[in-house]
Amino acid sequence: MIGGIDIVTLIAALMAASTPVLLAATGELVAEKSGVLNLGVEGMMILGAVAGFATAVTTGSPVLGFLGGAVAGALLASLFAVLTQLLLSNQTATGLALTLFGLGLSALFGKGFEGIRPPPTTKLDFGPLSEIPVLGPILFHHDWMVYLSLVLVAATWAFLKYARAGLILRAVGENHDAAHALGYRVIAVRFAALAFGGALAGLGGAYLSLVRVPQWTEGMTAGAGWIALAIVVFASWKPERVLVGAYLFGGITALQLQLQAAGYAIPVHLLSMAPYVITVLVLVILSATHRHGAPAAPAALGRSFHASS
Amino acid sequence: MITLVKRPTPSQFWAYATPVLAVLATMVAGGILFAALGKDPIAAIKVIFYDPLFGPNAAYFRGQLLVKAGPLILIAAGLAVGFRAGIWNIGAEGQYIMGALAGASVALAAYPAESHWLFPAMVVAGALGGWLWGMIPALLKTAFGTSEILVSLMLVYVAQNFLAYAAFGPLKNPEGYGFPGSRNLQQYPSAHNPELIAGTGMHWGVVAALMAVIATYILMQRHIAGYRIRVAGEAPRAARFAGVVPAKLVMFCLGLSGAFAGLAGLFEVAGPNGQITDSFNAGYGFTAIIVAFLGRLNAIGILLAGLLMALTYIGGDMAQLMLGLPTAAIQVFQGMLLFFLLGFDLLTQYRLRLGRARA
Repeated sequence: MIGGIDIVTLIAALMAASTPVLLAATGELVAEKSGVLNLGVEGMMILGAVAGFATAVTTGSPVLGFLGGAVAGALLASLFAVLTQLLLSNQTATGLALTLFGLGLSALFGKGFEGIRPPPTTKLDFGPLSEIPVLGPILFHHDWMVYLSLVLVAATWAFLKYARAGLILRAVGENHDAAHALGYRVIAVRFAALAFGGALAGLGGAYLSLVRVPQWTEGMTAGAGWIALAIVVFASWKPERVLVGAYLFGGITALQLQLQAAGYAIPVHLLSMAPYVITVLVLVILSATHRHGAPAAPAALGRSFHASS
Repeated sequence: MITLVKRPTPSQFWAYATPVLAVLATMVAGGILFAALGKDPIAAIKVIFYDPLFGPNAAYFRGQLLVKAGPLILIAAGLAVGFRAGIWNIGAEGQYIMGALAGASVALAAYPAESHWLFPAMVVAGALGGWLWGMIPALLKTAFGTSEILVSLMLVYVAQNFLAYAAFGPLKNPEGYGFPGSRNLQQYPSAHNPELIAGTGMHWGVVAALMAVIATYILMQRHIAGYRIRVAGEAPRAARFAGVVPAKLVMFCLGLSGAFAGLAGLFEVAGPNGQITDSFNAGYGFTAIIVAFLGRLNAIGILLAGLLMALTYIGGDMAQLMLGLPTAAIQVFQGMLLFFLLGFDLLTQYRLRLGRARA
């Protein structure tokens, strides 16, 4: 205990608090690696949150709920893909539209689901492992989604680094004209990357409504999608650093909540600003140090691809 | 097989036709959405688009039109200047809140003194509040190269929490029986932004919106600075050779749009809304982004787009009352409009051709 804050509880809470942004940021990383900037993460997340919640409540199964969240996120991402890849619309504007649309659509679907509790997501049983002091509660006391999110980050890292398909995806993101000339299907690769990004954002949203909160309220993502976008920049487009960024952010969120609970004389609303202010600060520090280094962003990020031009 | 052939220059015809086409497509898609919600689509579209203007209680609703359109047009006029230059201020909602807070603070500090100077001072404070909030992403971008998109957006959430803090703390009405929220500025004559002509909904914010439209029109179409802004957006490299300093441009665009959004917030808190509460902001800062695009980032276009978007707000309220249509349906409707607009924009840049393209 330091200043009314229990460190073990804090670190354990950090892992759960980070999971939604970790999932969303990993998905966005893959989309951006393929050269597409999708600013609609917030919209996909919140649609995933409502779809996951609705599916879990109606079927009684959290597993189906997470699946539903992922499918909803991927569908919304496909809409983005049609607009930006086939109709060549501006990616920044389309991403914003996706967020506004997702917020509206989720509010519409969520009307009948307010004030309900979702079916509980099971915690994994590690038996005696969870009895270990300090490490037990930190590492072995979570629901299965926390571990799945870590597996997904590791899989993404390995895919981008070692798989042939991952190499093609990166090539498309670095130079789409060259990739096209080599015979790779730029549009198809980007469609797939966007759908994957949407599915993970939806999964992150579903984790918010099914585990973190757990209930459905309008606008419940409260900027988590935008923070996921910031984390991708923070991570310099590297999956392993996405994990660091997401856990850092989760740590601040968890700490801020514990400070509120510990009853410090800081107004609640000023504490609630902390995650956003710190995200800005981290972005600043990062861009300041990267100023003279090699730019880490995929070279074709945000540029439309048209084969005959 | 349909192929796309890039036009040598963007089509003038389609530049004007796509917004109209997008509105029509949204009506069709919206109709399908309303039908899916179990409402009569024709009736819903009529309630949203026709009744507020020509229906039985149209006199009242026409006034509401200006009340809603004023802030949308004012914010969008500022945003469009930046969007033209490729500077993405998407945190207008935050600048709107900070403008309202700054302006209301001036009024509440002076309470209950009456003076003709109070309202002008509030206007200056409101513009300054929004300007300062817009300068944060601008300075961070010029000094460190930080993305203005992410910073301005993050600052919306900071502003929102700051608003709640002010409504529950320093700006709380001491005579409010413990309820959160400030004094009502509508009951403070020197600070009130009243309806100028009874029944029209015209208040100083609407006047400011019209002035902003004229000012940005002149800036963008008739002034060298506007030309530079457009070049910077369309050909950044060429702009640098032409002597455009990117840092100055970033500060100008974010400062201008921030000040406009701040003004919109001030006029709203001193007029139609009246009070600082934790739910004071109604999303105008985000809807203004749609307005800016629907108006094709052009001042006159934004004027029309703002009125149309205001109509969907009022029509949406009516549809909620008369048909039980959820409020969120209108948000979806507005989102669809932006999608169709961005999708149809293809037609201004490309020609559709059946069969394979010849090189």
